[in-house]
Amino acid sequence: MSEATTVADAPADALGGHVWRQFRRHPGGVAGLVVFVIISFAVLFGPFLHRIDPNKISIRERNEGPSLLHPFGTDNLGHDLFAQVLAGGRVSLAVGVAAMALSLALGASVGVASGYWRRLDGPLMRLTDLFLALPLLPLLLVAVTLFREPLRAGFGPSTGIFILIVSSIGVTSWMHTARIVRGDVLAVKRLEFVLAAQASGMRSRRILIRHILPNVLSSILVSATLGMAAAIITESVLSFLGLGFPPDFPTWGRLLFDGVSFMQITPARVIWPGLAISLTVLSVNYIGDAIRDALDPRALRR
Amino acid sequence: MLGYAARRLLLAIPVLLIISFVIFSLLTLAPNDPLGDLPLTIPPEVRADMRAALGLDQPFFIRFLLWLHQFFVNEPMNLLQAMTGLDFRDAHRTRVLSWTTRSPVVDLIVQRLPQTLWVVGLAYLFGVMLAVPIGVLSAYRQHSWFDQIGAFVAMVGYSTPTFFTGVVLIVVFSVKLKWFPSVYDTNLKVTDWASFIAQVRQMALPVLVLTLYNTSQISRFVRASMLDNLHQDYVRTARAKGVKERSVVLFHVLRNSLIPVVTVVALGVPTIFSGAIVTEQVFRVNGLGQLLITAIQSGDLPLVQTLTFIFAVLIVAFNLIADLLYGLLDPRISYE
Repeated sequence: MSEATTVADAPADALGGHVWRQFRRHPGGVAGLVVFVIISFAVLFGPFLHRIDPNKISIRERNEGPSLLHPFGTDNLGHDLFAQVLAGGRVSLAVGVAAMALSLALGASVGVASGYWRRLDGPLMRLTDLFLALPLLPLLLVAVTLFREPLRAGFGPSTGIFILIVSSIGVTSWMHTARIVRGDVLAVKRLEFVLAAQASGMRSRRILIRHILPNVLSSILVSATLGMAAAIITESVLSFLGLGFPPDFPTWGRLLFDGVSFMQITPARVIWPGLAISLTVLSVNYIGDAIRDALDPRALRR
Repeated sequence: MLGYAARRLLLAIPVLLIISFVIFSLLTLAPNDPLGDLPLTIPPEVRADMRAALGLDQPFFIRFLLWLHQFFVNEPMNLLQAMTGLDFRDAHRTRVLSWTTRSPVVDLIVQRLPQTLWVVGLAYLFGVMLAVPIGVLSAYRQHSWFDQIGAFVAMVGYSTPTFFTGVVLIVVFSVKLKWFPSVYDTNLKVTDWASFIAQVRQMALPVLVLTLYNTSQISRFVRASMLDNLHQDYVRTARAKGVKERSVVLFHVLRNSLIPVVTVVALGVPTIFSGAIVTEQVFRVNGLGQLLITAIQSGDLPLVQTLTFIFAVLIVAFNLIADLLYGLLDPRISYE
């Protein structure tokens, strides 16, 4: 949701209005935006309307089908599935946004630094190559398992795992952003207005913030959407493998993982969380596609 | 070209050494005691003996060098010995041992490799075979209903995590329709026609899941690459010369469009191995991914180290292959 609004009113960007017009012409992007806004609103404000505690156990109501009281039914302990999906969505989306923000910050700084300063280019790009050659999913699994206990002891069970998962996803997913941003910075750096700013004695930090960053914002935006989709999937993979959040702290992946053992009795327990993940990722991917098409110079001519 | 390949191969050695060091330090320096799960009633001196038996009493660098020596010298020597039947003098050659099973890690991997290769390899093969015609047709008939539906299906297939597709297929085809088994029978040996059918049936769902995912990813590339080429001048020239439309598309355009696709396919091979980790978990296939998960859960560091490193070798190797293929296929790229 925030992606699109930043596109619409990106400051100092005459392209902004144009990009938004192009974006609206992309039916998939608009549908994706609508679906994503609906999911975010449901997850953020749903618990105020559907006031059942997701962790409330009522054994008498276990394994029920959908009813007015429990729209998605209940699980084997009588948890309300709808409340759990809403609560899980908060965590999943929060992990997605936070991990995306971290990976963007890392990727954009590495990309800008290596594109702007020649001396840093070689070492930083070798570092990027090294990270790209690492087997990321196995390492993520290892890191999440090995650092779980100390972080849990340090920050409490839920915050510790949240920090662990967000930082491991962020640290393992910044490389593509860095490469794309570096390419853009290299292209923008040679343009006249940057030369002019350098000639007028502007300090590099100001040049970066005033001139370079606004011009590479578009590619950062596209990788933001793709990064968020990837982060949501990675978190659900970790949870699905049983290495993510603890059971009393539902996320969509965790709910699906718990539901698999019961899928013969209550298939709804795997369908709804899985559908939530897929719809969110699908809508975010469509938004990313639409932004990319809207920013494509070949589309500008039309 | 040969010089370039040799240079890249030489460069791969330090890269792999650094990667193995990164993996090793992550595993070793993590604040996690490998003996932490053992009962507290074990007396301290026995515990110290156990640490010594696992080699944990050695300093960090010695353990790393020992692993390097075992993996890069002893294991290949062993392989050579097994293959040629020759007996090298060194009888005390130590191998990388798993902590939980106390058997050589490489033997465990060799046991698990065929299942992964069959499921993952077939799915990748099917994925490529389906993706190329779909991509060609979507690009040729851009904006047609086939293209629109294909794009949507590809987007859905690409956005849906494989564990969800897998679980949905199990619910539909194994639980409701009872067409396929939901759990992979790992003891099944193919001896006759009936067991062959059983093997095909139990492989159908995992292969289907991975095929769907691979097809949607690759077909997007094929389509984009075809679109890049379809409007080039050489295509117009070929048509103007009176070449049949069929051979314009299939020979002139497709041949050129496949160049980037081949690189993408080569680069994708290592990632599908890590994708298989999830699928193997869903269908209980006892492949490499499942071995890695159990090793991580039981804290079997030598096994985790070796498996992760093998994944890294795959990535480096296929990156190299992709670059070399690109140079071989595209005469515009020269590496000299």
